[in-house]
Amino acid sequence: MDYILEIMPSLFSGMGVTLSIFFWTLVGSLPLGLIVALGMISPFKILQKILGIYVWLMRGTPLLLQLIFVFYGLPLLGTGIVLPRYEAALVAFILNYTAYFAEIFRGGLQSIDKGQYESAKVLRLNYWQTIRKIIAPQVMKIVIPSIGNEVINLVKDSSLVYVIGLGDLLRAGNVATSRDVTLVPLILVSLMYLLMTAFFTYVLKKIEQHYSYWK
Amino acid sequence: MLELQQITKKFGERTILDHVDLTIEDGKILCIVGQSGGGKTTLLRCISGLEQIDSGKILVNGKEFDPYVNSNNEAVIGVVFQEYNLFPHLTVLENVMLAPQMVLKKDKETATREANELLKKLALGDKGNLYPWQLSGGQKQRVAIARALAMKPQILCYDEPTSALDPGLRDTVKEIILDLKKEKMTQIIVTHDIEFAKEIADDILKVKPLSN
Repeated sequence: MDYILEIMPSLFSGMGVTLSIFFWTLVGSLPLGLIVALGMISPFKILQKILGIYVWLMRGTPLLLQLIFVFYGLPLLGTGIVLPRYEAALVAFILNYTAYFAEIFRGGLQSIDKGQYESAKVLRLNYWQTIRKIIAPQVMKIVIPSIGNEVINLVKDSSLVYVIGLGDLLRAGNVATSRDVTLVPLILVSLMYLLMTAFFTYVLKKIEQHYSYWK
Repeated sequence: MLELQQITKKFGERTILDHVDLTIEDGKILCIVGQSGGGKTTLLRCISGLEQIDSGKILVNGKEFDPYVNSNNEAVIGVVFQEYNLFPHLTVLENVMLAPQMVLKKDKETATREANELLKKLALGDKGNLYPWQLSGGQKQRVAIARALAMKPQILCYDEPTSALDPGLRDTVKEIILDLKKEKMTQIIVTHDIEFAKEIADDILKVKPLSN
């Protein structure tokens, strides 16, 4: 028990890093994902192509590689861009998750019946009124389960930041395990991840229920 | 009065409408009948601005008018779709109120009052707070009619209004259409139901597929 109390502060500070990466990645990548998705279904062929390549790169290479690339690779390319560890991690995560969210939003947008747009048009709603009042609420209902999947993934993916030397929850547990030769820190870390994902699962379920008043 | 002059519409190489002329007097009911693939629905979609015509003119009260780009407040043409296309996430009342509020900039009170009056008139007075999934087909159709009427159109178009209804409900639609006629509403009805057309129409336009 004493040992647990002794290592808890370092685990909590690691959890703080994990949660802040998690939070800011969502804040950045959810709106960006929606914008990229609207671009992907826009009639502009060049824009579609560029966004298609972006999504392919982000989903086609490991997040770990992207993380290393942003932190170690950008300075080596002579771009003059040297990001601190935390900022580099956020850039890599937001770029990566935006691509996944964009694909989810695109699927949601495309599954809305054409008749909804036509109804809106004959009622003479303009593009943004149509998106805001008719399309977006229906897309939200459709995409929430998939978004939820990614949100849970993100909690765990955030542990990849150890590779560029950020002290997140997993790293804190790992350090304690190697130093004290015991499994206790890793078990505690597992429990903390489980608690976090259980909490977010619950929140997502509530949001899903909020949209269940119509079919 | 709505006039169509020499309307032509092609999809790629296929000509669907070939120099169609048509005149509808105010307050009359025009039925467009004919077999599938004859361009009935396409004609309706051109009139309501869902398809762009390739050539020809559409005139409303003698003035040229392009329903495809109509974005200002000329409020002329309303549409009741075959599948109704109600907004599933909005209540019946919200479905009817949305466009008057967003497009005609009516305040909430006026929009609510007018929507409730329309719903009452269409025997939906007690359905305002339900969602479309809780309604029967006939009720959905009447909501679609109320939603179109809320925009105060001069012309109301229906695409196959009887195709999804039980025989009993067919007479209900007929009554609604004839009631609206008494209020001088101009109505265009696309249907494959010739009997229905004969019962209500002042004019019948027959279209058939073009051989090409």
